[in-house]
Amino acid sequence: MMRLVVALSAGVIFGLGLGVSQMVDPAKVLGFLDLAGSWDPSLALVMGGALAVTLVAFRKRLRPERPVLAGRFELPTATALDARLLLGSALFGVGWGLVGLCPGPAVAGLAYGLPATMVFLAAMVAGMALARLIPKLPKPAARKPA
Amino acid sequence: MENFTPVSALIGGLLIGVAASMLLLLNGRIAGISGIAGGLLSPARGDVAWRLLFLAGLALGAALWRLVGPEPQAIALTGSLPTLIAGGLLVGFGTRLGGGCTSGHGVCGIARLSKRSITATAVFMASAFVTVFVVRHVFGG
Repeated sequence: MMRLVVALSAGVIFGLGLGVSQMVDPAKVLGFLDLAGSWDPSLALVMGGALAVTLVAFRKRLRPERPVLAGRFELPTATALDARLLLGSALFGVGWGLVGLCPGPAVAGLAYGLPATMVFLAAMVAGMALARLIPKLPKPAARKPA
Repeated sequence: MENFTPVSALIGGLLIGVAASMLLLLNGRIAGISGIAGGLLSPARGDVAWRLLFLAGLALGAALWRLVGPEPQAIALTGSLPTLIAGGLLVGFGTRLGGGCTSGHGVCGIARLSKRSITATAVFMASAFVTVFVVRHVFGG
């Protein structure tokens, strides 16, 4: 129960942050992504402000052994810079640049009730479903001695 | 740089950092929006409600700021229908394939000093810069 309260509260604070920083506004985000235009560095400060907190809070040495309300930290274990990571991130960047929305502001943007937000979100969910069809390549098996 | 809003950007960023830290230190979860949303496509018992609540919270928080924040407040989502659909598909597909977005890789992954997240963030930033340049300055007027 407490975990659900935390999830909702963290979501509200995150959404508030996106609102305060105007990152819910695709025009504001595109102002950052348009280096050759009238450049607006705000997004860099949003990331910087967030990282100022998370760089400290996420430190392994400063963290408790396990989360206060859960059995363990659910952290990614992959370490390889593989094709999925590179290709996926490149494609994400194209979509982000086309519209000015990444997943967080797209969901938070529901607060503005625009039909265009719903269209984008529906397409985003469809894209997520499509990505599930791409099989993960198996890890290369250890080579047997000849 | 007439649109630069350093103070609200920094305050908003700190709030996002606090939210991500809460979710990790209390619940043990990474506040990556694409991962949290994507997890709903393969629902597991006991793993659905927190995702829905977090996502609902995002919209609620933005709505709250819309109510109490300074006027005027509006967002400009100006793409044509095909652009919105193509953008949505690419963002959804790309973030799941690449295992994260601006929040999961950018805010949480970089904080863990993950080589994958630092690389992913550099790649999607670069690709977005190029995309906007091409759309606005090569094809645009």
